[in-house]
Amino acid sequence: MGFAKCFKMAVSTIWASKVRSFLTMLGIIIGISAVIILVSLMGGLTQQLMDMFADLGTNSIQVTINQRAATRNVEPDEMYEFTDGNDLVENASPSLTVAATVKTSKENKSGTVSGVSEGYGDMRRLNVTQGRFIQYSDVMSKSSVCVIGAYQAKTFFDDGAVIGRELKINGTPFTVVGVLEEKEDAASGSGDDVVYIPYTSAMRLNASSVVSSYLLTAADEDRIDEATSSIKQFLKNKVGDEDYYMVISMKELIDQMSMMMNSMQTVLVCIAGISLLVGGIGIMNIMLVSVTERTREIGIRKSLGAKQKNIMMQFVIEAGTVSCIGGVIGIITGALVAILAGKLLLDASITPSAASIVVAFGVSVAIGIGFGYLPAKKAAQLNPIDALRYD
Amino acid sequence: MSALIELKDIYKIYRMGDNEVRALDGISLSIDKGEFVAIIGKSGSGKSTCMNIIGCLDVATSGTYRLNGKNIGNYTDDELAEVRNKMLGFIFQQYNLLPKLNLLENVALPLVYAGASDAEQKERAIAALEKVGLKDKAKNYPSQLSGGQQQRASIARALAGNPSVILADEPTGALDSKTGRDVMMFLKQLHSEGNTIVLITHDNSIAAQAQRVVRITDGRIVYDGAASGDDVVSRQEKAGEY
Repeated sequence: MGFAKCFKMAVSTIWASKVRSFLTMLGIIIGISAVIILVSLMGGLTQQLMDMFADLGTNSIQVTINQRAATRNVEPDEMYEFTDGNDLVENASPSLTVAATVKTSKENKSGTVSGVSEGYGDMRRLNVTQGRFIQYSDVMSKSSVCVIGAYQAKTFFDDGAVIGRELKINGTPFTVVGVLEEKEDAASGSGDDVVYIPYTSAMRLNASSVVSSYLLTAADEDRIDEATSSIKQFLKNKVGDEDYYMVISMKELIDQMSMMMNSMQTVLVCIAGISLLVGGIGIMNIMLVSVTERTREIGIRKSLGAKQKNIMMQFVIEAGTVSCIGGVIGIITGALVAILAGKLLLDASITPSAASIVVAFGVSVAIGIGFGYLPAKKAAQLNPIDALRYD
Repeated sequence: MSALIELKDIYKIYRMGDNEVRALDGISLSIDKGEFVAIIGKSGSGKSTCMNIIGCLDVATSGTYRLNGKNIGNYTDDELAEVRNKMLGFIFQQYNLLPKLNLLENVALPLVYAGASDAEQKERAIAALEKVGLKDKAKNYPSQLSGGQQQRASIARALAGNPSVILADEPTGALDSKTGRDVMMFLKQLHSEGNTIVLITHDNSIAAQAQRVVRITDGRIVYDGAASGDDVVSRQEKAGEY
């Protein structure tokens, strides 16, 4: 008996008892859709995090010096000198964070302000759409000027002209000299919610005399690790004790993050896999019941000359078909839920990967055949007279 | 020429705990091609066991069974299935049509397992249905037919594979007397066309319509002869009953 005929028969048998078939499939449907949803959402989340990091520059290296513990600090000039004499490191800029309240006559917002040098804009590939970025002269003269993100431009100065306007940072008036290009819908807390001032002005706001953190960029994306270790060597000579400074490259951070995401995904998929196992056992259970119910049919078929392999194939294909249909429904449900959840929770467009769909389908076929095998074997080995006598 | 069916010293013994039940207690029987034989006996006499063994649905505990000259005693499950498929056509008391298949599919089922092509299956199944006068019901399901029609469909199924032997197990048992007579007429017609028919029944009047009668009591053959001599046997039987 051909495969196509078996398949057709299986479909009509499944269709004949719709409710039961659906309930049998439910375990597979839930399992497969759970796997698809988790894999897709984790993928989306990872992508989003990666994008966020990439936005900060994948070649950037963050240096933080614990200034209270360290006896010696690294002056900006010393850092520039080091960068100029090092082929691996391209550029450096102080990068200070000031907790600040930014205020205009109509708006008021608490957040952070970054103190940077004139090179920072290029290092982070910031595009200025109006005005200019912070300049060397601003740094030297500790000018009260600032460059703001699209969010600030929109919320503080919604009536048009921005350049030359004034806003107060922790009470000190600053003049806006530049506006950055909009990147992420000018939303609060996004990459558009930024205020840059000369680091010298930031030191004044912080009432601090030293620069404790720098942003550096590696010259070559492939030699970030070498650049990092050369920076570490430099700091070791300068500061002394390794406990007093911290060097984190974005690449390292991304690697750690993706490793963490991967192991999290593995754990979640394993948990979802348990429901697939339970679904498979459900199929086996129903198939065993079905074999008992259809003992007479099996007897008739055997009396007409069905061999063990014919009966076996009939039941295995039936189990496989139930599981396959369940798998397809699960994939569709999972994909829809993942896309919807991506929109609502992550605000990102998520598409389930082709690989996860193929694997999910393969797994559901394998479950059907695997768990259908035992009941099918039981059916195939029924004694024809016992089966014919069965009511 | 050797007989088509040849049973020699067939024993079928069931063990139930310490008890030993001899369903068949040394049966020897040979049936030639073209014969119409009725195996008659009361329930529990062993006639069904005998039919199961002839039908290759069961194997004897001891003894040899030659079907068409081949000893099938040591055949495997699948080899027996092939013998049933190629050599035997079954007609059951309960028709045993598959309710989810239409008549055409039911009748074609032995051909499906024989590995015939789709076209051949259809052609031969329709020919068999035509022979029993059910060609116009080919697309109907068994539940839409009367008992007599279902039994005729099952006869068509038995004929479809063009078997050497037709085995009919109480074919009229579930039918009223008129349709029962029709079925018997049909079996006689098949016999006159040269088919070998083995009929199992408990009913003397049915058995009397065969050419030859084999009476089984307590697993033994107590009479084997022409149907015309049946009077004597039935008197014997009656004497045993009272």
